[in-house]
Amino acid sequence: MQSLTNRSKLVVNKKMTFWERIYLPAIFGGMRITLRHFFKKNKTVNYPEVKRPFSPVYRGMHVLKRDENGAERCTACGLCAVACPAEAISMVAAERKPDQAHLYREEKYAATYEINMLRCIFCGLCEEACPKEAIFLTDRIVPASLEREEFIYGKEKLVEPVDQRIDISLRQIKSYPQ
Amino acid sequence: MVKVKIDGFEIEVEPGSTILQAARKIGGDIVPPAMCYYSSLKGSGGKCRTCLVKVAKSSEKDPRPMPKLVASCSTPVQDGMEVENITNPGVLEARKAVVEFLLINHPLDCPVCDQAGECKLQDLAFEHGSSLTRYEEERRTFDKIDIGPYIQLHMNRCILCYRCVYTADQLTDGRVHGVLNRGDAAEIGTYIENSIENDMSGNMIDVCPVGALTDKTFRFKSRVWFLNPMDAHRDCDCCSGKATVWMFGNEIYRVTARKDEYGEVAEFICNTCRFEKKDTADWVIEGPRHIERTSVISQNHYEKTAGDVPGTMQDN
Ligand code: SF4
Ligand code: SF4
Ligand code: SF4
Ligand code: FES
Repeated sequence: MQSLTNRSKLVVNKKMTFWERIYLPAIFGGMRITLRHFFKKNKTVNYPEVKRPFSPVYRGMHVLKRDENGAERCTACGLCAVACPAEAISMVAAERKPDQAHLYREEKYAATYEINMLRCIFCGLCEEACPKEAIFLTDRIVPASLEREEFIYGKEKLVEPVDQRIDISLRQIKSYPQ
Repeated sequence: MVKVKIDGFEIEVEPGSTILQAARKIGGDIVPPAMCYYSSLKGSGGKCRTCLVKVAKSSEKDPRPMPKLVASCSTPVQDGMEVENITNPGVLEARKAVVEFLLINHPLDCPVCDQAGECKLQDLAFEHGSSLTRYEEERRTFDKIDIGPYIQLHMNRCILCYRCVYTADQLTDGRVHGVLNRGDAAEIGTYIENSIENDMSGNMIDVCPVGALTDKTFRFKSRVWFLNPMDAHRDCDCCSGKATVWMFGNEIYRVTARKDEYGEVAEFICNTCRFEKKDTADWVIEGPRHIERTSVISQNHYEKTAGDVPGTMQDN
């Protein structure tokens, strides 16, 4: 039969020579490679003390943005939920009261908004679907936990606090210099 | 019977039918879109101009083309007529312009609008519109008003198709709402707010092609694509009781009449069925309603076996 690659080797069952049978040269050869790595530059970093720089379009934990007046941008249109391939998003809409105009940007708002971070595959399709520029993925990492419930992120974890805005301006640059 | 040819397809229809009716008999892509014509409402049509077609040959006797594009919903066919719809680039160009006109004052607040996902204007703009607007002026705006206890009017979104006016005229006795003013000041209004209490008035919601008339009991409850439309019926003394119930789990979120492929209601239902019967026990559920695969509503909608009720489906 013709082989698919030209890398196949025939198995030879030849008898080992004396040098090969005492194994020591092979052991020292291996040790030499290991020792050489002690003096090479480390490829890993000590996370979380040291952090690697992220790409500006890294897709980590989501944020629900507020507009320049501090009102929530999300209008509970459900487009992110319908775009999400993992069906991680759910929401309940409510109607804004006349005196809540400073809290919510549109007539309708998300009374609850939940993302199940265990389902999310961080594909960013929700960000792409959003017509209100409300949801963005950020360079923050979803912290680990032992409890499954803690991965259901509600509005309290997703909506950015008014006084600690999350900067997502780098994500919106249409093309980066090469 | 008279013979007409639409985009190369020949069909025989009753004399007196319109081009649109003939096209619907052929079916498929060549059916012109219609925003204001409604087959069960007498006198409807001729308002929106989305159904414009080119008549390349008027009839056997007079083979000259018609000088201008005509509204297919209100132009009767003649023997030997030849019509061009999607085969004529001029028609498509004109339709694009009509969509632009319809959207001039339209708020395009689809993310907020309860009609989104089943809106004829969305479909029309998606298929025939351009993605940019050239309009820079202020759009006209109105406050939303409640007409009757169950219906909300968002005049911003109205395209003045007059369907609701005909519905009120022909289905209910003594209509109390209509189109006020003229030209770009025209608006749907009730002379006295909250005056629509007629038992069939809820059908205005179903005939409205856009989100101008919406169900107050369903306002902002959910989005249509998260719901599961099921055919259902109940015994009702004032209507046929045949409806579509839109379910979320085992809860009924809203009730509408059953609509055909052109979005037209076959049997109108009464307000009691529509607004007050939201308990699963009120309805006999027949099974999942057929939804086109191209519709966003077909998301998570399974039509495997008739008679399946949510919660009893085990093998999807
Ligand atoms: S990133 Fe992808 S998987 Fe995660 S919530 Fe958004 S759409 Fe769903
Ligand atoms: S985040 Fe955006 S897409 Fe999702 S519901 Fe809110 S406005 Fe709609
Ligand atoms: S009526 Fe249709 S096009 Fe207009 S806002 Fe509502 S869904 Fe969008
Ligand atoms: S459908 Fe013919 S003009 Fe509106």
